[in-house]
Amino acid sequence: MSGYVLEMHGITKDYYGNRVLNDVTLKVKPGEIHGLVGENGAGKSTLMNILFGMPVIHNTGGFQGKIRFRGAETVFDSPRQALESGIGMVHQEFMLIPGFTVAENIKLNREPLRDTLLAKLAGRRMKRLDWPKIVSDSKAALNMVGLGIDEMLPVAGLPVGYMQFVEIAREVDKQGVKLLVFDEPTALLTETESEQLLSSVRTIAASGVAVIFISHRLDEVLSICDSVTVMRDGEVVTTMSTSDQDTTIDRIAELMVGREVKRPDYPKRAKEPGDDDIVLTVEDLKVDMPGEEVHGVTLRVRRGEILGIGGLAGQGKIGISNGIMGVYPAQGRVAKDGIEIPLNDPGQAYKQKLAFLSEDRKNVGLILDRSIEYNISVVATLVKSMFQKTLGVGPVGIRVRDKKSAREFAAGMISELDIRCTGPGQLVRRLSGGNQQKVCIARALALDPEILLVSEPTRGIDVGAKQRILDLLVSLNREKGMTIILTSSELAELRMVCDRIAVIYGGRLVDMLSPDDSNARFGMAMSGRRAEVQ
Amino acid sequence: MSLDGDKQKEVDSGEPASRNGPGMMSRILNTVGLPRLTVGGFVVVLFVLGRIMGLPLTNLLTNSISRFGMNAVMVLAMVPGIQCGIGPNFGLPIGLLAGLIGMVSALELGFIGFEGLMLSMAIGAGLGALLGIGYGLFLNKVKGQEMMVGTYAGFAAVSLMCISWLMLPFKNPELIWVLGGKGLRMTISLKDTFGHALDKFWNFQIGGFVVPTGLLGVVFILAAAYKLFEMTKLGMAMDLAGQNERFARAAGVDCDRMRVVGTAISTALGAIGIIVYAQSYGFIQLYTAPLLMAFPAVASVLIGGATPSEASVSNAMVGALLFQSLLATTVPVAQTVVGGDISEIVRLIVSNGMVLYALTRGHGGEAANG
Repeated sequence: MSGYVLEMHGITKDYYGNRVLNDVTLKVKPGEIHGLVGENGAGKSTLMNILFGMPVIHNTGGFQGKIRFRGAETVFDSPRQALESGIGMVHQEFMLIPGFTVAENIKLNREPLRDTLLAKLAGRRMKRLDWPKIVSDSKAALNMVGLGIDEMLPVAGLPVGYMQFVEIAREVDKQGVKLLVFDEPTALLTETESEQLLSSVRTIAASGVAVIFISHRLDEVLSICDSVTVMRDGEVVTTMSTSDQDTTIDRIAELMVGREVKRPDYPKRAKEPGDDDIVLTVEDLKVDMPGEEVHGVTLRVRRGEILGIGGLAGQGKIGISNGIMGVYPAQGRVAKDGIEIPLNDPGQAYKQKLAFLSEDRKNVGLILDRSIEYNISVVATLVKSMFQKTLGVGPVGIRVRDKKSAREFAAGMISELDIRCTGPGQLVRRLSGGNQQKVCIARALALDPEILLVSEPTRGIDVGAKQRILDLLVSLNREKGMTIILTSSELAELRMVCDRIAVIYGGRLVDMLSPDDSNARFGMAMSGRRAEVQ
Repeated sequence: MSLDGDKQKEVDSGEPASRNGPGMMSRILNTVGLPRLTVGGFVVVLFVLGRIMGLPLTNLLTNSISRFGMNAVMVLAMVPGIQCGIGPNFGLPIGLLAGLIGMVSALELGFIGFEGLMLSMAIGAGLGALLGIGYGLFLNKVKGQEMMVGTYAGFAAVSLMCISWLMLPFKNPELIWVLGGKGLRMTISLKDTFGHALDKFWNFQIGGFVVPTGLLGVVFILAAAYKLFEMTKLGMAMDLAGQNERFARAAGVDCDRMRVVGTAISTALGAIGIIVYAQSYGFIQLYTAPLLMAFPAVASVLIGGATPSEASVSNAMVGALLFQSLLATTVPVAQTVVGGDISEIVRLIVSNGMVLYALTRGHGGEAANG
């Protein structure tokens, strides 16, 4: 025995030629709480999917590397197999049946049974539930996680925090659990609930169960874990012990974010944007966008700047642009040059010369089964009556679509933005992601906007094309003086092109940073903490 | 319309060139579409068969064209419905009832001939638009189930009107039951009023082939007017709402309102459609006659190459022509070959088959375009 309950060696995984994990090694001892941290897309979920033998892994060609669990080399073919071998998982989304009681949920699918006469004849399916045992086991499990509630309550009415504990109690109750994985268990909990959860995690670990603790809250990780593995871009940056003097939140944050960002030499402007010339004010904006709620953000956008909005997925950065543009229900006050833009009315923002590139390019950004020319011109026609001509006799006439001018404009855009296509008549569906994004940009340009809101412009676009899209945005900013609000999950991209970066956490603005600020400061802001200004 | 033109061209040229052998076949299939290909092929076969049997081709052609004219407006009524996002308007009978009310009202007021026809259309279209607005508001509450709900809304409206036809205080002896009393007749002859008013307007013969100029003219005017509407801002907004609701909403289009507009236009066209149909048929058919009339119209537009989420005027015209030619040619050809009338059976198979196809394609872009 090596002393480790779980060893993952040299794990490498490709998705369609795209390497998402590269030579990852992770070792966990019994009774150890091992933290796993990294940005979105660093590879944490993929690593856990491999551990659990999720079908998504097998369906995409498996992986390379070795997994040793309890000393024996193992590859789990299905999550069920992993669970049966003694690996438990506490999910971020609760996997509980609302109509069942707490006890029933804890014992779900593993109910203790009692023999009956009928069972002797008809087999296992005719056995009775052993209720006294269900109740006593559940009680014990709930005590272990420190949740003193009636085990016969239905789950449906419980506070969100309690559901998390029920979920943990279920895992704890499983006999022979050797390793428990917590996937952001405190994401939905209040502070006191988090405290309680952390102490129950400690109790569980003390009983000899190994714990892998995935979290974005670095203070938690530091306080609870024995060692921490930091992942970045599909690789393990380092594994360190938390008892080490060097292991601080700043250090972890720096390692997490820490790729060298080379900021290309973009041309300087004649006058750099400043607080004396504000083009857009956003006050106490609240947006009800599912999964990306905004709980009150105030921003002052300088004329002519590229303002970045960053943060982890689900923290609300995406909601801001969608709220300003009226796509999702919003409250608050948004004004451009002092003129208020009514919220919840999508056409209004266009009238104030704002334009929006949605993060959901394929559903909101484009009509895939229509031509490039149609996609570029349709909104301009509807909003600003462009690309129209008058048909009629004498004084009687109606304004109709002018295909010729739309086609000319589209052809101009195709050459200006270098959209690779067979012509303005080609269907957008047949273009590559990068070229589709350019069509979106062309559509926005047709509106001749002063402020361009861009959400996740490089999502789903191959690496080379990413840079071209970013360069295009910068040149629009420099040459046309367009103010750009760029929302992106990729911090590196924001730091490359933005003048300032607003970091959003929990639906609120945590910090307004300069692209040259330290990795540590970015890392901390992304996990919701504002660094004290030295 | 122009957009449709783009689309067809694109499907044609966008396929990878590497697929040469089987690519050719699938390219034709993609461009023309399976329904258009099979029905079109069948029509050609029937014409050839008819020729071999020694049937007069001019007769078949005349029948096909006049049936096309009779039905084309009702098929055209499908286009705004599909474009605005409610899918094929299975609630077409609501519009047909408006047209029927228009006709009996015009006759009751004593207008016959061309004036009677025009007044019928004016009343029918106006009433149809009003009913369509109400029906559209109703459909907004059952999004995603318009095809099923529409079918039953149509059935319910027809049944409700059955009572009304009996109760309404019409006095014109040409309209009410022969024995007198209350209520309208089952079938009202238009022989002495505006029967064939359009068919005979400026019609002429080439050989044995009769061209119903007036009938085709009305169809052409309505189709052209609708094409013009498609190019206006309102028409484009309506089409966008049907294409992609989220995109449209982000562009400031009120999608629910656009759906009502489309439904109203569809219903008004349905009203005009039944009037064109009735003058050509020579009779107004009341009571349960409109019950199933939505199905052939739905089938026609789909045969013409439309999907439940995308349609054009040319889809409607091609579909109406193919479907009606099929029916017009089956009767005489089958009579000589089989010795009986199987056209009703063919009509049911084709129209119900196409409706089934529409329902399986589901509603909205994703399913249909996948």
